[in-house]
Amino acid sequence: MSAEFLYGIEVVINGLMAGVLYALVALGFVLIFKASGIFNFAQGVMALFAALTLVGIMEGQVPFSHLINAIFGTSIHSFGWQVPAVLAIFLTVLVMIGFAWAVQYFVFRHLVGQEPIILFMATIGLAYFLEGVGDLMWGSGIRTIALGLPQGGSLWVEELSSGLGGDDFYGFFIDKLDMVASLVALVLVAGLVAFAQYTKQGRAMRAVADDHQAALSVGISLSYIWVLVWSLAGIVALVAGVMWGAKSGVQFSLSLIALKALPVLMLGGFTSIPGAIVGGMIIGVGEKLFEYTIGAPFLGGATENWFAYMLALIFLVFRPQGLFGERIIERV
Amino acid sequence: MAQTEPYITADGRQIGGVLMDMRGITLRFGGVEAIKNISFDIREGEIRAIIGPNGAGKSSMLNVISGFYHPQDGEVWFRGEKRKPMKPYQVARLGIARTFQNIALFEGMSVLDNIMTGRLTHMKTGLLAQAVWKGRAEREEVANREIVEKVIDFLEIQAIRKTPVGRLPYGLKKRVELARALAAEPKLLLLDEPMAGMNVEEKEDMSRFILDVNDEFGTTIALIEHDMGVVMDLSDRVVVMDYGRKIGDGTPDEVRNNQEVIDAYLGVAHE
Repeated sequence: MSAEFLYGIEVVINGLMAGVLYALVALGFVLIFKASGIFNFAQGVMALFAALTLVGIMEGQVPFSHLINAIFGTSIHSFGWQVPAVLAIFLTVLVMIGFAWAVQYFVFRHLVGQEPIILFMATIGLAYFLEGVGDLMWGSGIRTIALGLPQGGSLWVEELSSGLGGDDFYGFFIDKLDMVASLVALVLVAGLVAFAQYTKQGRAMRAVADDHQAALSVGISLSYIWVLVWSLAGIVALVAGVMWGAKSGVQFSLSLIALKALPVLMLGGFTSIPGAIVGGMIIGVGEKLFEYTIGAPFLGGATENWFAYMLALIFLVFRPQGLFGERIIERV
Repeated sequence: MAQTEPYITADGRQIGGVLMDMRGITLRFGGVEAIKNISFDIREGEIRAIIGPNGAGKSSMLNVISGFYHPQDGEVWFRGEKRKPMKPYQVARLGIARTFQNIALFEGMSVLDNIMTGRLTHMKTGLLAQAVWKGRAEREEVANREIVEKVIDFLEIQAIRKTPVGRLPYGLKKRVELARALAAEPKLLLLDEPMAGMNVEEKEDMSRFILDVNDEFGTTIALIEHDMGVVMDLSDRVVVMDYGRKIGDGTPDEVRNNQEVIDAYLGVAHE
């Protein structure tokens, strides 16, 4: 096999793994959209907030320390302890569940039956509010996640694959973090699907996604399911925040990954979990492959910034419901 | 009608005390009075019909019972207790199941899954036990599945058990909706036009199922129906509504000979 072709394969593999991360963010959107019809603009900020909270708890940082110091004239910043990763993750999950409950109780409970655009505006408000709270709670500095996730290329894969090509080929370069992220994402998705298919709450969740009125008539509390769904979206956001944060540091630009999820949703459809995953992969592979074959040699590179949106636009024109979305049929 | 003691019907069914008592219900939408000061009761074990011309307020009444609408005036008494204003899911948990005029099923889910949702109010294990799945949650699922299988047998829908509901014809959808309501083992079953849009054969099937449900499980049933013939054959007592008012209440024979009812159905100029 020629080195050129093998490098192409490497690009596809890396694209797939980048796609898994896109899919992870898109998944949070789909969960909430399916169950409540709310397009949650705050999903990206939730990922940021979850990652900030995790880092803050692990480092024993005092939440709202700047605020406390300003009011009481103290100068506390840290509890002076380190929280083990597993406990910190558990606590962060609790925080995200608390957040889900608060969102339902203080915001969306009062907006039941409103127009989608109003719900959407509410989530924009929520996004900026949460960003402000994150800043106030944990400060605005760039943080690193010390979860001990592996970094750098995998030597093992490189050595194993170096024999495939000729003298020009030095083996696949696969990022270890990407491999871990893909694995975690797969486990998460499998868990979510199993939860939705086999548990009582999962069945109730699917029921609510299908028909609100019918769900009420069999005794399902909509607000309970919505808290549940926002909690799950919060957990997905945590995983996404940790994986992206481990790549580029936990900083406020992390919330922009929500924008990367938009083209994924256009492709996969807003209501399909498999769609979110496949859509993420297509975008991931597509943009890497486009950059490798056309972008870098002919267009001066950096096509990854816009390729996904271009692809989504084309999809919007020819198949507005996405690959797996519910077909839009209008009866005359 | 005057009788309130338990009695045995001509065909040998036991009719008990008052299960549900509606007292002076008034429901307004803005300036429109959909229900005007209506009182009636539903007794344990009976089939109670609510009839009336289009727009009489029958469906509104059913929605008041099941908590989808909240009346401005009046009291709802269930099993000897005054019911506080409730959300529909809370009403469902009291043991009141219903079907809808326009069928509200979970179209994307299989027939079996749809009917299993009817068991949700009976499944008590919490989120954590469900997430672990093995053990308590699994046992509960199996036990509830058995009840659902009985309902499926009873309504003769074994063959479509795994079919997504969206693919079923109208008549079968109606039957699946009845199955979902039955699976909840309700104390009171509300049927909103169970035979609307059906052909004669389907209507006969549905009538038979309603009678069998009442007979075999002793389920109290309140139903709305347009087809006078069907109503008269099925029900023990009938409430007749017209323009939001109650114009008749009694056995099918009493109602049939009520001059006001005859006027409402044949059409007499309202002064």
